[in-house]
Amino acid sequence: MNIFTRLAAALTIVAAFIAPAMAADTIKVGAILAVTGPASFLGAPEAKTLEMLVADVNAKGGVGGRKIELIIKDSAASPEKAVSFAKQLIEEEKVFAIIGPSTSGETMAIKNIAEAGKTLLLSCAAAEPIVNPVAKYVFKTPQMDKDAIIRIFELMNKKKITRIGVLSSNTGFGGAGKGQIEKLAPEHGIEIVVNEVYDKAATDLTAEVTKLKAAKVQALVNWSIEPAQSIVIKNTRQIGLKIPIFQSHGFGNIQYVTVAGKAAEGVIFPAGRLLVADTLPKKHPQKAVLLDYRKTYEAKYKEDASTFGGHAYDAMKILIKAIETAGADPEKVRDSIENMKGFVGTGGVFNFSPTDHNGLDKSAFEMLTVKKGKFAVYK
Amino acid sequence: MIELFLQYLVAGLTYGTIYAIVGIGFNIIYNTTGIINFAQGEFVMLGGMTAVSLYAFLPLPLAILGAVIITMAVGGLIEMVFIRWLVKPSVLRMIIITIGISILVREAGLVLWGEGVRSLPYFTGDEISALELGGVRVSPQVIWSLGVCAVVVVLLNLFFKFTMLGREMRACAANRDAATLCGIPTRNMITLSFVLSAGIGALAGCVVSPITQTQYAIGSGLAIKGFTVAILGGLGNSMAAVAAGFILGILESFSIWVMPTAYKDAISISILLAMLFLRPSGLFGNREAFKLKDF
Repeated sequence: MNIFTRLAAALTIVAAFIAPAMAADTIKVGAILAVTGPASFLGAPEAKTLEMLVADVNAKGGVGGRKIELIIKDSAASPEKAVSFAKQLIEEEKVFAIIGPSTSGETMAIKNIAEAGKTLLLSCAAAEPIVNPVAKYVFKTPQMDKDAIIRIFELMNKKKITRIGVLSSNTGFGGAGKGQIEKLAPEHGIEIVVNEVYDKAATDLTAEVTKLKAAKVQALVNWSIEPAQSIVIKNTRQIGLKIPIFQSHGFGNIQYVTVAGKAAEGVIFPAGRLLVADTLPKKHPQKAVLLDYRKTYEAKYKEDASTFGGHAYDAMKILIKAIETAGADPEKVRDSIENMKGFVGTGGVFNFSPTDHNGLDKSAFEMLTVKKGKFAVYK
Repeated sequence: MIELFLQYLVAGLTYGTIYAIVGIGFNIIYNTTGIINFAQGEFVMLGGMTAVSLYAFLPLPLAILGAVIITMAVGGLIEMVFIRWLVKPSVLRMIIITIGISILVREAGLVLWGEGVRSLPYFTGDEISALELGGVRVSPQVIWSLGVCAVVVVLLNLFFKFTMLGREMRACAANRDAATLCGIPTRNMITLSFVLSAGIGALAGCVVSPITQTQYAIGSGLAIKGFTVAILGGLGNSMAAVAAGFILGILESFSIWVMPTAYKDAISISILLAMLFLRPSGLFGNREAFKLKDF
């Protein structure tokens, strides 16, 4: 045996003794988030939010006397990385629960892994298939794509818009949204005349919007979470197309308004109420939670809070609440989340059930628009 | 119909300018070292990001000038740290080094600027303004990009063909040993080529920033298309890269007219593959000269 193998053996033995001792003291919570990469605007605020929350909870003595040990893994929005991190967190770290991933594609890639590993997964991604069909251990906190689309179509019905063009990006989010739009449009008497998928890293979309112009659509629905959603609206206005533009809830980050400048004026999109928290009526149940999250986040990180960070906030708060009520037993905590009613989060008021692992309905969305470079409630 | 045709043409020109202006940057380092610098896209990103940061307290022209100078310094520094001391590096080794540099610069960009997306203001007009040309509308920024592209290409051609320094740089690529024997300081020439191409990349990054927007990760996406048109045109020839850029851009744009957008990139990649098989010297390249190259 050479010195290295001896050293390694010694370390393994020491680690074997230390690891369970540490595990007994803390509750290990894993998080798989796209902190860097193309979806970093989701993952970065989510990671910051979790760090902020955990520091706060631990400073107050933890949950039921036990501190939370947060293990954040940066997946850079790659489903392959998400899979290996999920396996690592479940098999090696033996975490109590996993928060994330940030994107729908990643979540779908690890849905079955969490289920097989009997580990709670609280996803921060939006797509419907994450919770439909229901998987026993998989929950999600963002509102449903479906509900966002229903809100958009209801508004279109009111505005008598029947012929639309749909643009979406080639990501899990774009694909899931496109599928739902295609499914729900006929039910609302809306005809999709143009339906195009562009690359998530697109740098100019003039040709795509020209196609909309040629087809004489009455409105544009763009479904993406990438910076390209700002490019779409600039190109639409540049070629002189004055139709209403609807965006997904992925537009809920003020930086997209900033880079699109004047072109962003009047864009309509559904979003959680975080962005317009201060204009909510005083009695609104979410107002206090929203303002509190926004204030603490913005004070700590000196940047605008986003609805995306809010999804991680809701996931962690729901987990903590369930541990407080049911104790630190994974099975009981799962049951407790499944039966949780009236939980007020940043995304809406959650009412979970065995058939609904999201707990939100279309009322969780508010229709917003852009006025003078700021978000405002659409009236 | 004709109006629609022209509008797609304008879209194609927009794509083409972006590809072309990024593509020319590849040629300069190729002209002195015979390698493709895979970090070229990162120079584009650095230029755009630095200009956005400087624009916070400088007027736009100065911010762009500052960004170009800073990126040139970074380009030179990178060459001196990673490449200068190598003794007769093989082409493959140089390529791998530039790939490494591109990852390094990208990550540095993430640390420096975070993941947010930014953009320089439109040089003239704003996000919604457009010039009306016979029923077609074109963003003034596209005209700016075209203009900058043209000026850069003309200057580069003059530089490489008619100045001593330019010829010395080309001699390095043709045969480094022979160039050294002729008394050309080859190492300095290579550093200079990195400085120059970083500068041109940065300028490209600034000019296209209002169109494409700038984010730390944008470099590699732009570089792939830039690289495609540099190959398509024939490596080493800036004019050819621009022509190839427009050909590709317009092809892509018209493909969207008749086919789903999803096939756009398949078309450009097929063209690239076909070119590499059938005419590796590029559309406008010299076949005889190409045969003498390392790869």
